[in-house]
Amino acid sequence: MKILVCITHVPDTTSKISFTDNDTKFDKTGVQFIIGPYDDYALARAMEIKEASGATVTVLNVGTAETEPTIRKALAIGADDAIRVNAEPVDALFVANQIAAIAKENNYDMILMGRESIDFNGGQVHAMVGEMLNIPSISPVMQLDIEGTTAKMTKEIEGGKEYLEVDMPFVAGCQEPIAEWRIPNMRGIMTARSKPLNVVEPVSDESGTAVVKFELPPPKGAVKLVDTVEELVDLLKNEAKVI
Amino acid sequence: MSVVVYIETSEGKIKKSSREAISYGAALNSGEVVAVCTGEATDEELQSAGLNGAARVMATNEPLATAEAAASALAQVVSSSGADMVVMAKSSGSGVIAGRLAIKMDAGTVPNVVALPDTANGFRVRRSIFTGNAFAVVEVKKDKKVLIINKNTVDIKQDGGQAAVERFSPELSEVDNKVKVTGVDQATGKVLLPEADIVVSGGRGLKGPENWGMIEELAEVLGAATGCSKPVSDMGWRPHSEHVGQTGIKVSPTLYIAIGISGAIQHLAGVNSSKYIVVINKDEEAPFFKAADYGIVGDAFEIVPKLTEAIKAVK
Ligand SMILES: Cc1cc2nc3c(=O)[nH]c(=O)nc-3n(C[C@H](O)[C@H](O)[C@H](O)COP(=O)(O)OP(=O)(O)OC[C@H]3O[C@@H](n4cnc5c(N)ncnc54)[C@H](O)[C@@H]3O)c2cc1C
Ligand SMILES: Nc1ncnc2c1ncn2[C@@H]1O[C@H](COP(=O)(O)O)[C@@H](O)[C@H]1O
Repeated sequence: MKILVCITHVPDTTSKISFTDNDTKFDKTGVQFIIGPYDDYALARAMEIKEASGATVTVLNVGTAETEPTIRKALAIGADDAIRVNAEPVDALFVANQIAAIAKENNYDMILMGRESIDFNGGQVHAMVGEMLNIPSISPVMQLDIEGTTAKMTKEIEGGKEYLEVDMPFVAGCQEPIAEWRIPNMRGIMTARSKPLNVVEPVSDESGTAVVKFELPPPKGAVKLVDTVEELVDLLKNEAKVI
Repeated sequence: MSVVVYIETSEGKIKKSSREAISYGAALNSGEVVAVCTGEATDEELQSAGLNGAARVMATNEPLATAEAAASALAQVVSSSGADMVVMAKSSGSGVIAGRLAIKMDAGTVPNVVALPDTANGFRVRRSIFTGNAFAVVEVKKDKKVLIINKNTVDIKQDGGQAAVERFSPELSEVDNKVKVTGVDQATGKVLLPEADIVVSGGRGLKGPENWGMIEELAEVLGAATGCSKPVSDMGWRPHSEHVGQTGIKVSPTLYIAIGISGAIQHLAGVNSSKYIVVINKDEEAPFFKAADYGIVGDAFEIVPKLTEAIKAVK
């Protein structure tokens, strides 16, 4: 079985978000980058499937050379090899074009992604890749089990869950509790250094959108602390007018 | 040119977020608004999409079970109506449909839209990024567009008439039926968390699942949905569909009440577009107070039942 896991390289969830160059660029100063939390769930589930049935796991990132430490971390967690498409990930369409091209060459049995990236939160790339490859795309997936050539999944729907079955190949956007996040161990970190990380150039420069500028939300005013529930109810009713 | 709006239903009723999407489509002032429904709803219910600005509703004869099929049905209406724009509300299912549709239509997609577009210079629209911690003004470079709008982006229009309802059976291809739905587990009669105007949320400070009765009672008097922090759903105190935050559901209610939640940055990311935030926490240093509009420092076990009574008294 061949599994492709697509990972993003994103600011740590505790990062302070700010912009430079006249609000046209994300300010990376002092920011730690991580594997996207949802992508990390996808990777962790891929590792479990590999351990149970001997799959090969390839990780893929569309990004410039600065994403390599993040890719190496995925190799340290246990992926067998990695591909980096050497380009700034302009938008979901741009990224999906690159992933679909690589998938067409390699015939993966499943492509696991996160339900969404945490920088652009689009939840689009997995669906676009599914459409480009003419295979199903399911998201958000909270459980995924393989039986022969069929996957049984639990998908989150509003207020509940849907159970479904689909034959391979497919694309899935993963979220918890599909697997527990993994931390690389010392041996993993050592072996990751010698695992193949192939750099390829983008196949197309098509994109659908471009960012004109970034903005920060206005700062929040100070909290009004009250002592009694009656004062709170009065504020909610007469000041905020929300109850 | 006409605008196609994808609408979703819940228990046979058009979702409020979909009514907002129709209103957004109408506010574009671009032409006839055609709503498309692939869920379960009577003709009478669908006619009411007219109130929000839809001229017509195209509804499938049978509900469609997969995102693939819904995207195909939408693409067919887009092409027959000559639309260059599709609008849908953000939901747990709409993103996948939008992504597939964008490829079929050769459109540019913008998710998490928070405002009407500015068409003075090309087509620009404001969207949220970094889980609500920032915004980007995005230019769509394709002629066709798919916009996924966040809650509270426009006021819901209520003064339209009745929409004409037309049923159709979309042409589906093999991939549209590959996913087999084998079962559904869904609470009925409850306010859906992403749709809710008021959310009452509990954290680890509540000590255990047995203490959620008071959260549910408060939610009940407010007509609110219930939410929780990540550790609460990780420990199985509450279902995952209630987990709010960066790695959970993002909510934008008019009122978010956080009880016994510390206010970690990942939790705040899921609630930062709420209009008003109330925090009840026994620790006055809890970071959530910095993000709150109103707060009470004290023991939730004492305050919450009193608050429920006080709200009952004014309702
Ligand atoms: C990558 C990543 C993603 C994450 N995503 C999310 C996410 O999406 N959502 C999320 O919620 N978390 C998320 N987290 C976890 C987050 O960092 C916090 O650990 C979590 O939000 C804490 O939950 P809590 O506030 O319920 O618990 P705690 O931090 O333990 O806080 C409990 C609070 O209850 C108060 N309290 C205790 N007793 C009482 C009482 N009797 N009355 C009133 N108050 C009381 C305490 O003062 C304290 O402030 C994520 C973490 C990581 C690393
Ligand atoms: N630059 C990228 N490189 C590799 N995979 C990506 C990239 N961007 C997005 N993805 C994958 O697509 C998923 C959804 O991303 P998005 O559509 O941006 O929310 C992510 O969780 C990743 O698995």
